[in-house]
Amino acid sequence: MEPHVSGPAPLAIAAAGVNKSFGRTSVLHNVDLAVGEGTIFGLLGPNGAGKTTIVRILSTLIAADSGDIQVAGCNVARDPDGVRAAIGVTGQFSAVDDLLTGEENLRLMADLHHLGRAAGRLRVTQLLDEFELAEAARKPVSAYSGGMRRRLDLAMTLVGSPRVIFLDEPTTGLDPRGRHTMWAAIRQLRAGGVTIFLTTQYLEEADQLADRIAVLDRGRIVAEGTPDDLKRQVPGGRIHLRFVEPELLHAAGRALETAVHDEEDLLLVLPYDGTVAALRHVLDRLDDAGVEGAQLSVHTPDLDDVFFAVTGHPTTEATPAP
Amino acid sequence: MSTLTYTVADSTTMLRRNLRRLARYPSMTLLLVGMPIVFMLLFVYVFGGQLSAGLGRALAAGHAGRAGYLNYVAPGILLMTTAAAVQGTAIVVAMDMTGGIIDRFRTMAIARASVLTGHVLASVIQTFISLAVVLGVAIALGFRPTANLAHWLAAIGVLLLFTLALIWLATALGLAAKSVETASNTPMFLTLLPFLSSAFVPTATMPAGLRQFATYQPFTPVTETLRGLLTGTPIATNLIEAIAWSLGIAIASFLWATHLYDRRHAR
Repeated sequence: MEPHVSGPAPLAIAAAGVNKSFGRTSVLHNVDLAVGEGTIFGLLGPNGAGKTTIVRILSTLIAADSGDIQVAGCNVARDPDGVRAAIGVTGQFSAVDDLLTGEENLRLMADLHHLGRAAGRLRVTQLLDEFELAEAARKPVSAYSGGMRRRLDLAMTLVGSPRVIFLDEPTTGLDPRGRHTMWAAIRQLRAGGVTIFLTTQYLEEADQLADRIAVLDRGRIVAEGTPDDLKRQVPGGRIHLRFVEPELLHAAGRALETAVHDEEDLLLVLPYDGTVAALRHVLDRLDDAGVEGAQLSVHTPDLDDVFFAVTGHPTTEATPAP
Repeated sequence: MSTLTYTVADSTTMLRRNLRRLARYPSMTLLLVGMPIVFMLLFVYVFGGQLSAGLGRALAAGHAGRAGYLNYVAPGILLMTTAAAVQGTAIVVAMDMTGGIIDRFRTMAIARASVLTGHVLASVIQTFISLAVVLGVAIALGFRPTANLAHWLAAIGVLLLFTLALIWLATALGLAAKSVETASNTPMFLTLLPFLSSAFVPTATMPAGLRQFATYQPFTPVTETLRGLLTGTPIATNLIEAIAWSLGIAIASFLWATHLYDRRHAR
Protein backbone atom coordinates (compact mmCIF):
# COMPACT_ATOMS: atom_id res chain seq x y z
CA MET A 1 0.00 0.00 0.00
CA GLU A 2 1.27 3.44 -0.88
CA PRO A 3 1.17 5.98 1.93
CA HIS A 4 -1.71 8.34 1.41
CA VAL A 5 -0.42 11.87 1.05
CA SER A 6 -2.61 14.88 1.48
CA GLY A 7 -3.60 16.87 -1.58
CA PRO A 8 -4.46 15.58 -5.03
CA ALA A 9 -2.50 12.66 -6.50
CA PRO A 10 0.03 13.70 -9.15
CA LEU A 11 -1.48 13.72 -12.62
CA ALA A 12 0.15 12.22 -15.70
CA ILE A 13 -2.41 13.90 -17.97
CA ALA A 14 -4.36 17.03 -17.12
CA ALA A 15 -6.53 18.64 -19.78
CA ALA A 16 -9.01 21.46 -19.27
CA GLY A 17 -11.49 22.92 -21.74
CA VAL A 18 -10.17 21.24 -24.88
CA ASN A 19 -11.99 22.19 -28.09
CA LYS A 20 -11.25 21.08 -31.63
CA SER A 21 -12.98 21.62 -34.95
CA PHE A 22 -12.05 20.45 -38.43
CA GLY A 23 -13.26 23.18 -40.71
CA ARG A 24 -16.85 23.83 -39.61
CA THR A 25 -17.28 20.44 -37.99
CA SER A 26 -16.83 20.65 -34.26
CA VAL A 27 -15.20 17.43 -33.03
CA LEU A 28 -14.43 18.06 -29.34
CA HIS A 29 -16.38 20.29 -26.94
CA ASN A 30 -14.85 21.38 -23.65
CA VAL A 31 -13.18 18.10 -22.85
CA ASP A 32 -11.63 17.86 -19.38
CA LEU A 33 -9.40 14.94 -18.46
CA ALA A 34 -7.47 14.00 -15.32
CA VAL A 35 -5.38 10.84 -15.36
CA GLY A 36 -3.44 9.89 -12.24
CA GLU A 37 0.14 8.70 -12.52
CA GLY A 38 0.52 4.95 -12.77
CA THR A 39 -3.16 4.32 -13.57
CA ILE A 40 -5.01 2.97 -16.59
CA PHE A 41 -7.54 5.39 -18.02
CA GLY A 42 -10.11 4.12 -20.50
CA LEU A 43 -11.80 6.42 -22.99
CA LEU A 44 -14.94 4.67 -24.12
CA GLY A 45 -17.01 5.62 -27.11
CA PRO A 46 -18.29 4.54 -30.53
CA ASN A 47 -16.60 5.22 -33.84
CA GLY A 48 -16.55 8.91 -34.69
CA ALA A 49 -16.98 10.07 -31.08
CA GLY A 50 -13.59 11.82 -31.18
CA LYS A 51 -11.42 9.29 -29.34
CA THR A 52 -8.63 9.30 -31.91
CA THR A 53 -8.70 13.10 -32.09
CA ILE A 54 -8.13 13.27 -28.33
CA VAL A 55 -5.19 10.83 -28.59
CA ARG A 56 -3.71 12.84 -31.46
CA ILE A 57 -3.98 16.07 -29.48
CA LEU A 58 -2.53 14.60 -26.27
CA SER A 59 0.34 12.99 -28.20
CA THR A 60 1.28 16.30 -29.93
CA LEU A 61 0.27 15.15 -33.43
CA ILE A 62 -2.30 17.92 -33.83
CA ALA A 63 -3.00 21.10 -31.90
CA ALA A 64 -6.22 21.78 -30.01
CA ASP A 65 -8.12 24.96 -30.92
CA SER A 66 -8.26 25.89 -27.25
CA GLY A 67 -7.66 24.38 -23.84
CA ASP A 68 -4.80 23.80 -21.45
CA ILE A 69 -3.10 20.41 -21.67
CA GLN A 70 -0.26 18.98 -19.58
CA VAL A 71 1.18 15.55 -20.30
CA ALA A 72 3.93 14.18 -18.02
CA GLY A 73 4.32 17.64 -16.55
CA CYS A 74 4.94 19.37 -19.90
CA ASN A 75 2.60 21.66 -21.76
CA VAL A 76 1.58 20.11 -25.07
CA ALA A 77 1.57 23.44 -26.93
CA ARG A 78 4.66 25.06 -25.40
CA ASP A 79 6.95 22.07 -24.88
CA PRO A 80 5.92 19.35 -27.35
CA ASP A 81 9.40 17.80 -27.33
CA GLY A 82 9.23 17.49 -23.54
CA VAL A 83 5.95 15.60 -23.96
CA ARG A 84 7.37 13.46 -26.79
CA ALA A 85 10.36 12.46 -24.67
CA ALA A 86 8.01 11.03 -22.02
CA ILE A 87 5.32 9.33 -24.11
CA GLY A 88 4.83 6.32 -26.35
CA VAL A 89 1.98 6.02 -28.84
CA THR A 90 0.46 3.00 -30.51
CA GLY A 91 -2.12 4.25 -32.94
CA GLN A 92 -5.05 2.50 -34.52
CA PHE A 93 -3.16 2.00 -37.77
CA SER A 94 0.01 0.01 -37.59
CA ALA A 95 3.10 2.20 -37.38
CA VAL A 96 5.74 -0.30 -38.41
CA ASP A 97 8.05 -0.36 -41.41
CA ASP A 98 6.87 -3.20 -43.64
CA LEU A 99 10.09 -3.44 -45.61
CA LEU A 100 12.25 -3.95 -42.52
CA THR A 101 12.40 -6.98 -40.23
CA GLY A 102 10.93 -6.92 -36.73
CA GLU A 103 14.40 -6.64 -35.24
CA GLU A 104 15.36 -3.78 -37.59
CA ASN A 105 12.18 -1.91 -36.66
CA LEU A 106 13.07 -2.17 -32.98
CA ARG A 107 16.71 -1.22 -33.64
CA LEU A 108 15.46 1.84 -35.52
CA MET A 109 13.56 2.89 -32.40
CA ALA A 110 16.59 2.18 -30.17
CA ASP A 111 18.77 4.37 -32.43
CA LEU A 112 16.22 7.19 -32.46
CA HIS A 113 16.11 7.06 -28.66
CA HIS A 114 19.92 7.26 -28.65
CA LEU A 115 20.20 4.20 -26.42
CA GLY A 116 23.71 3.40 -27.62
CA ARG A 117 24.87 0.22 -29.31
CA ALA A 118 25.10 -2.23 -26.41
CA ALA A 119 22.10 -0.95 -24.45
CA GLY A 120 20.03 -0.75 -27.64
CA ARG A 121 20.80 -4.32 -28.62
CA LEU A 122 19.96 -5.53 -25.11
CA ARG A 123 16.62 -3.69 -25.07
CA VAL A 124 15.69 -5.05 -28.52
CA THR A 125 16.47 -8.66 -27.53
CA GLN A 126 14.52 -8.24 -24.31
CA LEU A 127 11.44 -6.87 -26.11
CA LEU A 128 11.58 -9.54 -28.84
CA ASP A 129 11.47 -12.18 -26.10
CA GLU A 130 8.82 -10.42 -24.06
CA PHE A 131 6.46 -10.08 -27.02
CA GLU A 132 7.13 -13.58 -28.41
CA LEU A 133 8.70 -12.22 -31.57
CA ALA A 134 12.18 -13.73 -31.19
CA GLU A 135 11.53 -16.43 -33.78
CA ALA A 136 10.24 -13.99 -36.38
CA ALA A 137 12.83 -11.32 -35.54
CA ARG A 138 14.67 -11.64 -38.86
CA LYS A 139 11.58 -11.92 -41.07
CA PRO A 140 10.25 -8.86 -42.88
CA VAL A 141 7.20 -7.38 -41.17
CA SER A 142 5.17 -7.78 -44.36
CA ALA A 143 5.13 -11.53 -43.56
CA TYR A 144 3.75 -11.00 -40.01
CA SER A 145 0.22 -11.88 -38.93
CA GLY A 146 -2.11 -9.17 -37.62
CA GLY A 147 -1.45 -10.13 -34.01
CA MET A 148 2.32 -10.14 -34.51
CA ARG A 149 2.22 -6.70 -36.10
CA ARG A 150 0.22 -5.39 -33.16
CA ARG A 151 2.72 -6.86 -30.71
CA LEU A 152 5.65 -5.41 -32.65
CA ASP A 153 3.88 -2.05 -32.77
CA LEU A 154 3.53 -2.03 -28.97
CA ALA A 155 7.10 -3.29 -28.49
CA MET A 156 8.35 -0.38 -30.66
CA THR A 157 6.40 2.02 -28.47
CA LEU A 158 8.14 0.62 -25.39
CA VAL A 159 11.75 0.80 -26.62
CA GLY A 160 12.28 4.22 -25.06
CA SER A 161 10.68 3.18 -21.73
CA PRO A 162 7.95 5.85 -21.88
CA ARG A 163 6.24 7.02 -18.69
CA VAL A 164 2.89 7.65 -20.37
CA ILE A 165 1.54 5.36 -23.08
CA PHE A 166 -1.35 6.06 -25.45
CA LEU A 167 -3.09 3.05 -26.96
CA ASP A 168 -5.75 3.84 -29.55
CA GLU A 169 -8.09 0.83 -29.76
CA PRO A 170 -5.28 -1.62 -29.01
CA THR A 171 -7.37 -4.77 -29.49
CA THR A 172 -9.69 -3.86 -32.37
CA GLY A 173 -9.39 -6.59 -34.97
CA LEU A 174 -7.56 -9.05 -32.71
CA ASP A 175 -8.83 -12.57 -32.04
CA PRO A 176 -9.73 -13.47 -28.42
CA ARG A 177 -6.28 -14.93 -27.75
CA GLY A 178 -4.55 -11.87 -29.16
CA ARG A 179 -6.81 -9.68 -27.06
CA HIS A 180 -5.91 -11.48 -23.85
CA THR A 181 -2.19 -11.30 -24.66
CA MET A 182 -2.58 -7.56 -25.19
CA TRP A 183 -4.51 -7.13 -21.95
CA ALA A 184 -1.80 -9.01 -20.03
CA ALA A 185 0.88 -6.78 -21.56
CA ILE A 186 -1.08 -3.64 -20.61
CA ARG A 187 -1.54 -4.83 -17.01
CA GLN A 188 2.15 -5.61 -16.77
CA LEU A 189 3.00 -2.09 -17.90
CA ARG A 190 0.87 -0.60 -15.16
CA ALA A 191 2.55 -2.87 -12.65
CA GLY A 192 5.80 -1.22 -13.77
CA GLY A 193 4.41 2.22 -12.86
CA VAL A 194 3.55 3.36 -16.38
CA THR A 195 0.45 5.49 -16.97
CA ILE A 196 -1.79 4.16 -19.75
CA PHE A 197 -4.40 6.08 -21.70
CA LEU A 198 -6.41 3.70 -23.85
CA THR A 199 -9.40 4.14 -26.09
CA THR A 200 -11.87 1.38 -26.74
CA GLN A 201 -15.31 0.64 -28.12
CA TYR A 202 -15.79 -2.23 -25.70
CA LEU A 203 -17.18 -1.76 -22.20
CA GLU A 204 -15.77 -5.15 -21.25
CA GLU A 205 -12.26 -4.04 -22.18
CA ALA A 206 -12.51 -0.80 -20.23
CA ASP A 207 -14.05 -2.72 -17.34
CA GLN A 208 -11.25 -5.32 -17.37
CA LEU A 209 -8.37 -2.88 -17.57
CA ALA A 210 -9.19 0.66 -16.56
CA ASP A 211 -9.04 2.24 -13.13
CA ARG A 212 -11.19 5.06 -14.41
CA ILE A 213 -13.37 5.35 -17.49
CA ALA A 214 -14.67 8.38 -19.37
CA VAL A 215 -17.51 7.99 -21.86
CA LEU A 216 -17.19 10.14 -24.97
CA ASP A 217 -20.28 10.94 -27.03
CA ARG A 218 -20.07 13.19 -30.09
CA GLY A 219 -17.07 15.04 -28.73
CA ARG A 220 -18.34 15.48 -25.17
CA ILE A 221 -17.41 13.59 -22.01
CA VAL A 222 -20.83 12.46 -20.81
CA ALA A 223 -19.79 10.30 -17.86
CA GLU A 224 -16.63 9.68 -15.90
CA GLY A 225 -15.80 7.41 -12.99
CA THR A 226 -14.62 3.98 -11.93
CA PRO A 227 -16.00 1.00 -13.84
CA ASP A 228 -18.30 0.31 -10.88
CA ASP A 229 -19.58 3.89 -10.85
CA LEU A 230 -20.52 3.56 -14.49
CA LYS A 231 -22.10 0.17 -14.21
CA ARG A 232 -24.28 1.45 -11.37
CA GLN A 233 -25.78 3.88 -13.86
CA VAL A 234 -26.68 1.04 -16.18
CA PRO A 235 -30.01 -0.61 -15.50
CA GLY A 236 -28.40 -4.04 -15.53
CA GLY A 237 -28.94 -6.66 -18.15
CA ARG A 238 -31.94 -7.70 -20.19
CA ILE A 239 -33.80 -10.86 -21.02
CA HIS A 240 -34.97 -11.27 -24.60
CA LEU A 241 -37.93 -13.56 -25.30
CA ARG A 242 -38.50 -14.24 -28.98
CA PHE A 243 -41.75 -15.78 -30.26
CA VAL A 244 -42.94 -17.24 -33.51
CA GLU A 245 -46.57 -16.07 -33.28
CA PRO A 246 -48.04 -12.70 -32.29
CA GLU A 247 -50.70 -14.39 -30.03
CA LEU A 248 -47.96 -15.94 -27.90
CA LEU A 249 -46.17 -12.59 -27.70
CA HIS A 250 -49.32 -10.90 -26.47
CA ALA A 251 -50.07 -13.66 -23.95
CA ALA A 252 -46.55 -13.43 -22.56
CA GLY A 253 -46.77 -9.65 -22.51
CA ARG A 254 -49.88 -9.84 -20.35
CA ALA A 255 -48.10 -12.19 -17.95
CA LEU A 256 -44.99 -9.99 -17.65
CA GLU A 257 -46.03 -6.40 -17.00
CA THR A 258 -42.52 -4.92 -17.05
CA ALA A 259 -41.80 -6.23 -20.55
CA VAL A 260 -41.36 -3.96 -23.55
CA HIS A 261 -43.00 -5.24 -26.76
CA ASP A 262 -41.36 -5.27 -30.13
CA GLU A 263 -44.21 -6.33 -32.43
CA GLU A 264 -42.14 -6.33 -35.56
CA ASP A 265 -39.51 -8.75 -34.32
CA LEU A 266 -41.97 -10.62 -32.05
CA LEU A 267 -39.67 -9.80 -29.16
CA LEU A 268 -40.24 -9.11 -25.47
CA VAL A 269 -37.47 -7.30 -23.58
CA LEU A 270 -37.34 -7.45 -19.76
CA PRO A 271 -34.97 -5.74 -17.37
CA TYR A 272 -32.85 -8.30 -15.57
CA ASP A 273 -30.59 -7.96 -12.53
CA GLY A 274 -28.59 -11.12 -13.15
CA THR A 275 -30.02 -13.21 -10.29
CA VAL A 276 -31.35 -16.77 -10.50
CA ALA A 277 -34.47 -15.73 -8.62
CA ALA A 278 -35.42 -13.13 -11.20
CA LEU A 279 -34.93 -15.61 -14.02
CA ARG A 280 -37.03 -18.23 -12.20
CA HIS A 281 -39.74 -15.62 -11.69
CA VAL A 282 -39.92 -14.96 -15.42
CA LEU A 283 -40.10 -18.66 -16.25
CA ASP A 284 -42.79 -19.26 -13.59
CA ARG A 285 -44.94 -16.47 -14.99
CA LEU A 286 -44.63 -17.89 -18.48
CA ASP A 287 -45.60 -21.35 -17.18
CA ASP A 288 -48.59 -19.95 -15.30
CA ALA A 289 -49.78 -18.21 -18.44
CA GLY A 290 -49.27 -21.41 -20.42
CA VAL A 291 -46.98 -19.71 -22.94
CA GLU A 292 -44.62 -22.04 -24.71
CA GLY A 293 -42.38 -21.89 -27.74
CA ALA A 294 -40.34 -18.88 -26.66
CA GLN A 295 -36.64 -18.52 -27.25
CA LEU A 296 -34.85 -16.98 -24.29
CA SER A 297 -31.53 -15.14 -24.28
CA VAL A 298 -29.81 -13.15 -21.52
CA HIS A 299 -27.85 -9.95 -22.30
CA THR A 300 -25.25 -8.47 -19.96
CA PRO A 301 -24.70 -4.69 -20.07
CA ASP A 302 -22.58 -3.50 -22.97
CA LEU A 303 -21.48 -0.18 -24.39
CA ASP A 304 -24.95 0.34 -25.85
CA ASP A 305 -26.51 0.13 -22.41
CA VAL A 306 -24.01 2.50 -20.82
CA PHE A 307 -24.61 4.87 -23.66
CA PHE A 308 -28.33 4.69 -23.40
CA ALA A 309 -28.11 5.22 -19.66
CA VAL A 310 -25.85 8.28 -19.76
CA THR A 311 -26.95 9.94 -23.02
CA GLY A 312 -30.55 8.86 -23.44
CA HIS A 313 -29.86 7.82 -27.04
CA PRO A 314 -28.33 4.68 -28.50
CA THR A 315 -24.80 4.62 -29.91
CA THR A 316 -24.91 6.10 -33.36
CA GLU A 317 -21.93 6.21 -35.58
CA ALA A 318 -21.08 9.73 -36.54
CA THR A 319 -19.10 10.26 -39.73
CA PRO A 320 -16.25 7.78 -39.47
CA ALA A 321 -12.90 9.11 -38.34
CA PRO A 322 -10.46 9.75 -41.21
CA MET B 1 24.70 16.01 -26.98
CA SER B 2 23.84 19.27 -28.70
CA THR B 3 20.95 19.84 -31.07
CA LEU B 4 23.30 19.57 -34.03
CA THR B 5 24.72 16.23 -32.88
CA TYR B 6 21.17 14.93 -32.43
CA THR B 7 20.24 16.13 -35.89
CA VAL B 8 23.27 14.41 -37.40
CA ALA B 9 22.70 11.21 -35.40
CA ASP B 10 18.97 11.03 -36.23
CA SER B 11 19.54 11.87 -39.89
CA THR B 12 22.14 9.09 -40.09
CA THR B 13 19.66 6.66 -38.53
CA MET B 14 17.00 7.68 -41.04
CA LEU B 15 19.52 7.44 -43.90
CA ARG B 16 20.37 3.90 -42.82
CA ARG B 17 16.68 3.03 -42.73
CA ASN B 18 16.04 4.43 -46.21
CA LEU B 19 19.04 2.72 -47.78
CA ARG B 20 17.88 -0.54 -46.25
CA ARG B 21 14.40 0.02 -47.70
CA LEU B 22 15.86 0.73 -51.15
CA ALA B 23 17.89 -2.48 -50.95
CA ARG B 24 14.71 -4.43 -50.03
CA TYR B 25 12.81 -2.91 -52.93
CA PRO B 26 15.36 -3.01 -55.77
CA SER B 27 12.88 -3.42 -58.63
CA MET B 28 11.99 0.28 -58.47
CA THR B 29 15.62 1.42 -58.70
CA LEU B 30 16.32 -1.02 -61.55
CA LEU B 31 13.28 0.20 -63.48
CA LEU B 32 14.26 3.84 -63.03
CA VAL B 33 17.88 3.28 -64.06
CA GLY B 34 16.75 1.22 -67.05
CA MET B 35 14.81 4.08 -68.63
CA PRO B 36 17.73 6.40 -69.50
CA ILE B 37 19.75 3.41 -70.72
CA VAL B 38 16.94 2.44 -73.11
CA PHE B 39 16.71 6.02 -74.41
CA MET B 40 20.46 6.17 -74.88
CA LEU B 41 20.44 2.92 -76.91
CA LEU B 42 17.44 4.12 -78.91
CA PHE B 43 18.86 7.52 -79.75
CA VAL B 44 22.41 6.37 -80.45
CA TYR B 45 21.64 3.25 -82.50
CA VAL B 46 18.32 4.19 -84.16
CA PHE B 47 18.62 7.95 -84.69
CA GLY B 48 22.32 8.56 -83.95
CA GLY B 49 23.75 7.98 -87.42
CA GLN B 50 21.29 10.35 -89.07
CA LEU B 51 21.28 12.94 -86.26
CA SER B 52 25.07 13.31 -86.19
CA ALA B 53 25.06 14.31 -89.88
CA GLY B 54 22.93 17.35 -89.07
CA LEU B 55 24.70 18.35 -85.88
CA GLY B 56 27.90 19.59 -87.53
CA ARG B 57 29.37 22.38 -85.42
CA ALA B 58 27.46 21.29 -82.31
CA LEU B 59 29.62 18.17 -82.05
CA ALA B 60 32.87 18.42 -80.12
CA ALA B 61 36.00 18.81 -82.22
CA GLY B 62 37.04 15.58 -83.93
CA HIS B 63 33.65 13.89 -83.35
CA ALA B 64 31.48 12.49 -86.12
CA GLY B 65 28.98 9.76 -86.90
CA ARG B 66 27.20 7.52 -84.42
CA ALA B 67 30.10 7.71 -81.93
CA GLY B 68 30.06 11.49 -82.25
CA TYR B 69 26.36 11.56 -81.40
CA LEU B 70 26.93 9.29 -78.38
CA ASN B 71 29.43 11.85 -77.09
CA TYR B 72 26.91 14.61 -77.75
CA VAL B 73 23.95 12.91 -76.03
CA ALA B 74 25.65 11.18 -73.05
CA PRO B 75 25.68 14.26 -70.75
CA GLY B 76 21.95 14.77 -71.39
CA ILE B 77 21.33 11.09 -70.68
CA LEU B 78 23.06 11.57 -67.30
CA LEU B 79 20.61 14.37 -66.47
CA MET B 80 17.74 12.16 -67.59
CA THR B 81 19.06 9.55 -65.16
CA THR B 82 18.73 12.06 -62.33
CA ALA B 83 15.26 13.07 -63.50
CA ALA B 84 14.18 9.41 -63.54
CA ALA B 85 15.81 8.53 -60.22
CA VAL B 86 13.98 11.28 -58.33
CA GLN B 87 10.65 9.71 -59.27
CA GLY B 88 11.71 7.06 -56.77
CA THR B 89 12.22 9.80 -54.17
CA ALA B 90 8.65 11.04 -54.61
CA ILE B 91 7.35 7.48 -54.32
CA VAL B 92 9.24 6.55 -51.14
CA VAL B 93 8.41 9.88 -49.49
CA ALA B 94 4.73 9.39 -50.30
CA MET B 95 4.89 5.78 -49.06
CA ASP B 96 6.21 7.07 -45.76
CA MET B 97 3.74 9.91 -45.42
CA THR B 98 0.66 7.83 -46.24
CA GLY B 99 1.77 4.97 -43.96
CA GLY B 100 1.41 4.84 -40.20
CA ILE B 101 5.06 5.11 -39.25
CA ILE B 102 5.30 8.87 -39.84
CA ASP B 103 2.91 9.42 -36.92
CA ARG B 104 5.23 7.37 -34.74
CA PHE B 105 8.19 9.54 -35.73
CA ARG B 106 6.15 12.66 -35.04
CA THR B 107 5.36 11.57 -31.49
CA MET B 108 9.04 10.93 -30.74
CA ALA B 109 11.55 13.50 -29.54
CA ILE B 110 13.70 13.19 -32.65
CA ALA B 111 15.33 15.94 -34.68
CA ARG B 112 12.53 17.34 -36.80
CA ALA B 113 14.63 17.64 -39.93
CA SER B 114 15.87 14.05 -39.84
CA VAL B 115 12.90 12.42 -41.60
CA LEU B 116 13.35 14.55 -44.73
CA THR B 117 17.16 14.73 -44.66
CA GLY B 118 17.22 10.94 -44.33
CA HIS B 119 15.17 10.65 -47.52
CA VAL B 120 17.19 13.27 -49.38
CA LEU B 121 20.57 11.76 -48.47
CA ALA B 122 19.43 8.24 -49.40
CA SER B 123 18.16 9.57 -52.74
CA VAL B 124 21.46 11.33 -53.45
CA ILE B 125 23.30 8.04 -52.90
CA GLN B 126 20.75 6.12 -54.98
CA THR B 127 20.93 8.68 -57.81
CA PHE B 128 24.72 8.69 -57.89
CA ILE B 129 24.80 4.89 -58.05
CA SER B 130 22.38 5.14 -60.99
CA LEU B 131 24.59 7.82 -62.59
CA ALA B 132 27.65 5.59 -62.20
CA VAL B 133 25.82 2.68 -63.84
CA VAL B 134 24.57 4.79 -66.77
CA LEU B 135 28.00 6.41 -67.21
CA GLY B 136 29.54 2.94 -67.22
CA VAL B 137 27.15 1.80 -69.95
CA ALA B 138 27.85 4.97 -71.97
CA ILE B 139 31.60 4.40 -71.72
CA ALA B 140 31.14 0.75 -72.70
CA LEU B 141 29.25 1.95 -75.81
CA GLY B 142 32.09 4.30 -76.74
CA PHE B 143 31.54 7.55 -74.78
CA ARG B 144 35.01 9.10 -74.40
CA PRO B 145 35.06 12.07 -71.98
CA THR B 146 38.07 14.36 -72.47
CA ALA B 147 37.78 15.83 -68.99
CA ASN B 148 40.79 16.20 -66.68
CA LEU B 149 40.50 15.74 -62.91
CA ALA B 150 39.41 19.35 -62.32
CA HIS B 151 36.74 19.01 -65.02
CA TRP B 152 35.50 15.77 -63.52
CA LEU B 153 35.25 17.32 -60.05
CA ALA B 154 33.41 20.31 -61.49
CA ALA B 155 31.08 17.99 -63.44
CA ILE B 156 30.35 15.99 -60.28
CA GLY B 157 29.70 19.26 -58.44
CA VAL B 158 27.24 20.44 -61.12
CA LEU B 159 25.50 17.05 -61.13
CA LEU B 160 25.31 17.00 -57.32
CA LEU B 161 23.79 20.47 -57.14
CA PHE B 162 21.25 19.70 -59.88
CA THR B 163 20.47 16.31 -58.31
CA LEU B 164 19.85 17.95 -54.93
CA ALA B 165 17.53 20.46 -56.58
CA LEU B 166 15.46 17.76 -58.28
CA ILE B 167 15.45 15.56 -55.15
CA TRP B 168 14.06 18.38 -53.01
CA LEU B 169 11.49 19.07 -55.73
CA ALA B 170 10.52 15.38 -55.82
CA THR B 171 10.39 15.33 -52.01
CA ALA B 172 7.94 18.23 -52.09
CA LEU B 173 5.88 16.49 -54.80
CA GLY B 174 5.87 13.30 -52.70
CA LEU B 175 4.67 15.28 -49.68
CA ALA B 176 2.01 17.09 -51.71
CA ALA B 177 0.63 13.85 -53.17
CA LYS B 178 -2.45 12.39 -51.54
CA SER B 179 -1.48 8.86 -52.57
CA VAL B 180 1.56 6.86 -53.67
CA GLU B 181 0.03 6.54 -57.16
CA THR B 182 -0.14 10.32 -57.55
CA ALA B 183 3.41 10.64 -56.29
CA SER B 184 4.64 8.22 -58.93
CA ASN B 185 3.06 10.32 -61.69
CA THR B 186 3.64 13.97 -60.78
CA PRO B 187 7.46 14.01 -61.20
CA MET B 188 7.17 12.36 -64.63
CA PHE B 189 7.31 15.73 -66.42
CA LEU B 190 10.94 15.93 -65.26
CA THR B 191 11.87 13.02 -67.54
CA LEU B 192 10.22 14.81 -70.47
CA LEU B 193 12.14 18.05 -70.00
CA PRO B 194 15.45 16.69 -71.39
CA PHE B 195 13.67 16.11 -74.74
CA LEU B 196 12.65 19.77 -74.78
CA SER B 197 16.21 20.94 -74.10
CA SER B 198 19.57 20.79 -75.85
CA ALA B 199 20.15 17.26 -74.54
CA PHE B 200 19.27 15.46 -77.79
CA VAL B 201 19.52 18.18 -80.46
CA PRO B 202 20.66 21.84 -80.35
CA THR B 203 17.84 24.23 -79.48
CA ALA B 204 18.65 26.32 -82.58
CA THR B 205 17.09 23.59 -84.76
CA MET B 206 13.70 23.87 -83.00
CA PRO B 207 10.74 26.00 -84.19
CA ALA B 208 10.12 29.37 -82.51
CA GLY B 209 8.20 29.05 -79.26
CA LEU B 210 9.61 25.63 -78.50
CA ARG B 211 13.07 27.08 -79.10
CA GLN B 212 12.53 29.82 -76.52
CA PHE B 213 11.17 27.33 -74.03
CA ALA B 214 14.10 24.97 -74.63
CA THR B 215 16.67 27.75 -74.35
CA TYR B 216 15.33 29.12 -71.09
CA GLN B 217 14.49 25.92 -69.19
CA PRO B 218 16.98 24.59 -66.63
CA PHE B 219 17.94 21.36 -68.41
CA THR B 220 19.60 23.25 -71.28
CA PRO B 221 22.24 25.22 -69.33
CA VAL B 222 22.94 22.20 -67.08
CA THR B 223 23.31 19.94 -70.16
CA GLU B 224 25.57 22.48 -71.90
CA THR B 225 27.73 22.85 -68.78
CA LEU B 226 28.08 19.13 -68.31
CA ARG B 227 28.78 18.55 -72.00
CA GLY B 228 31.41 21.29 -71.93
CA LEU B 229 33.12 19.91 -68.84
CA LEU B 230 33.11 16.31 -70.09
CA THR B 231 33.70 16.71 -73.85
CA GLY B 232 35.20 20.18 -74.23
CA THR B 233 32.36 22.03 -76.03
CA PRO B 234 32.03 25.75 -75.16
CA ILE B 235 30.34 26.50 -71.81
CA ALA B 236 30.15 30.32 -71.78
CA THR B 237 27.48 31.59 -69.37
CA ASN B 238 25.86 28.18 -69.04
CA LEU B 239 27.75 27.37 -65.82
CA ILE B 240 26.39 30.41 -64.03
CA GLU B 241 22.89 29.72 -65.35
CA ALA B 242 23.13 26.06 -64.32
CA ILE B 243 24.20 26.99 -60.78
CA ALA B 244 21.50 29.68 -60.52
CA TRP B 245 18.75 27.32 -61.72
CA SER B 246 19.91 24.52 -59.41
CA LEU B 247 20.15 26.76 -56.35
CA GLY B 248 16.81 28.39 -57.16
CA ILE B 249 14.98 25.08 -57.57
CA ALA B 250 16.72 23.60 -54.52
CA ILE B 251 15.87 26.51 -52.21
CA ALA B 252 12.28 26.92 -53.41
CA SER B 253 11.64 23.18 -53.22
CA PHE B 254 13.30 22.90 -49.80
CA LEU B 255 11.03 25.65 -48.45
CA TRP B 256 7.97 24.09 -50.09
CA ALA B 257 8.84 20.62 -48.77
CA THR B 258 9.48 21.74 -45.18
CA HIS B 259 6.27 23.79 -45.27
CA LEU B 260 4.30 20.75 -46.47
CA TYR B 261 5.99 18.52 -43.90
CA ASP B 262 5.10 20.88 -41.05
CA ARG B 263 1.55 21.37 -42.27
CA ARG B 264 0.80 17.77 -43.14
CA HIS B 265 -1.20 15.89 -40.51
CA ALA B 266 -2.03 19.24 -38.94
CA ARG B 267 -5.64 18.17 -39.14
